[in-house]
Amino acid sequence: MVEVLFWPALVAYGEAAFAYATVRTSRAATWGVRLGWLAQTALLAAQVIGADGDFPWSSWAGTLNLFVWFLVGTYLIWGCRPRFRLLGLTVMPLAFALFVVARIGGGTNSKASHYGDLFLVLHVGMLTAAFAGFTLAAGLAALYLWQEHRLKGRAHDILRMRLPPLASLEFLAWRTILVSLPLLTIGLAIGVVRQSRDGGTFDERELLTLVAWIVYGGFLAARPTGRRAACLALGGFVLVVVARVALAGSHFT
Amino acid sequence: MTLALVGLSHHVAPVALRERVTLDLDGAGSLARSLGDAVCLSTCNRTEIYLEGLDEQVAVSALEQLAGESLDGVLYRMQEDAAALHLFRVASGLDSLVPGEGEILGQVRAAYEAADPGPLLGRVFRQAVVVGKRVRTQTSIGESPASVSSAAAALAAQVFGDLRGRRVLLIGAGRISELAAANLASRGAHIAYVANRTLETARELARRFGGQELELGDLGRALADVDVVVTSTSAPEAILRPADVPSKRRAPLFFIDIAVPRDLDPAIGKLDGCFLYDIDDLEAVVAETLELRRAEGARAEQFVVEEAERFKSWRASLEVVPAIASLRARAEEIRSSELAKVDRRMSEDALRTLESVTAQILNKLLHLPTIRMKEAAVTADGAEYADAVRYLFGLEEEAR
Repeated sequence: MVEVLFWPALVAYGEAAFAYATVRTSRAATWGVRLGWLAQTALLAAQVIGADGDFPWSSWAGTLNLFVWFLVGTYLIWGCRPRFRLLGLTVMPLAFALFVVARIGGGTNSKASHYGDLFLVLHVGMLTAAFAGFTLAAGLAALYLWQEHRLKGRAHDILRMRLPPLASLEFLAWRTILVSLPLLTIGLAIGVVRQSRDGGTFDERELLTLVAWIVYGGFLAARPTGRRAACLALGGFVLVVVARVALAGSHFT
Repeated sequence: MTLALVGLSHHVAPVALRERVTLDLDGAGSLARSLGDAVCLSTCNRTEIYLEGLDEQVAVSALEQLAGESLDGVLYRMQEDAAALHLFRVASGLDSLVPGEGEILGQVRAAYEAADPGPLLGRVFRQAVVVGKRVRTQTSIGESPASVSSAAAALAAQVFGDLRGRRVLLIGAGRISELAAANLASRGAHIAYVANRTLETARELARRFGGQELELGDLGRALADVDVVVTSTSAPEAILRPADVPSKRRAPLFFIDIAVPRDLDPAIGKLDGCFLYDIDDLEAVVAETLELRRAEGARAEQFVVEEAERFKSWRASLEVVPAIASLRARAEEIRSSELAKVDRRMSEDALRTLESVTAQILNKLLHLPTIRMKEAAVTADGAEYADAVRYLFGLEEEAR
């Protein structure tokens, strides 16, 4: 049952990834995002039911599955509009690829976790949601830099291939980070509490995540504008990616 | 009931002639009502009179009276499907001077509402509005700017998004500045300052847009307070250089230089947060967007042809409708008279059942011929089928 739900979600994400390539098919792409996300939501629900209410995403692959759901969900809320087609062209192939990797790693089945800890559920859930938000913010920042480059370079097709205005991209990236940082803060705090309870040690991955937290915190506090803001959002994202890849190797074993 | 069109447009008539036959909305409505079943569409690019069942000569006379001269060789005339197709193209902006301009759709709707047309004109104008809307919503033909001044405003919107509340500094108070200002203002921007060598000219333009005049020497102060700068002076050399631009700005600054020789040092465009477009850049952007309009025009033409086909089908179906109605009336008449012969010999229940059964038989029997006739009406055979039905069932004799 669980596996059956994986395929419609994958097909819909795949359709969206391709359909965003042209303006004419971008409406179909938006429907692909919506239907795929609904199918994945059903998949996640089925995973929970199959795991007898246990937390089924504590493996790296399971977390990846959850990350894709958060990422597409965030994109649906913030950016799923015709003028954000190019953002969709970035987000949806990424979502598609990560979803495939999650399945290969066994993250889309309903195997119960060996953790039964509410702390861990909240820790993983919050951090994954925050990472998804930072990913989308990085996509928006990249789009900002590209649009700024085209405007500065006085590209003749600037009005032919329209991107969202710089002000919108800047504001959306800021707002996404504004929502994501509290999630990261709560996720980190829960992790630290759990670690001190279990007597664990502070590792370099946690340190990297903490640095990312400082970068994003500084971003919100200083609220830089223009290219500086975009570069800072991308810098924070690089830290998130490094922490995430590193976490996959050790944190879950 | 025939549809006809008589008119002139920018394709065939010079502006000197067009302006003589142009009417405001009230005038166009009055003219249409005075002719009868007619609609008069009058814009700066065209004056056209659509007629339903009227002699084209009445429209020709009306237009010649407005022009004060004979319009032989200038007026075009179209009938039936050609007239409908033309109206659909007009409503979609495909016949406009700037392909895809959107104002014409509202003008078509207003012309129709100002007149008192018959059912045929009502149908064709409603369809025109539908296809015009479809072209605007399902193609991007009207999205791109078609002039340098509108391109400048569209580019500013690419930086700021919504231009409402954005402050504009105009340097130079000539015609081009005014056009650019009007475009920016139409998007909600506020023309905060107008600077000019002659302060009186600046004051006059500033008053029109609700801004304030400025000496050219005060530009530095104004630059710190605006988002968009439009320059179009005849100064022989640059009037603003990178050093004049405030360095500690949080918001971007968008420069539009439409002067030749240029008013702004190109190095300004390299400053962080500054964007600079000169006249060549703007013209290149417009050329690109006009290309897009032409490309989208092909899609729009497809919608127009589809709508014209629908109109043609509807017109054709009108030919068979009387025959279908007569056939059904004749069948109903036979059924009623036969039922009348038996109604005294049957109980009320039995009579009710018989009425229901015979009505069902009649409907089932006539269903297929009705469908087939409507299908045939779309092709050229519609009239022949209608004649055949009239002949076979003796409907013509009855009509006589």
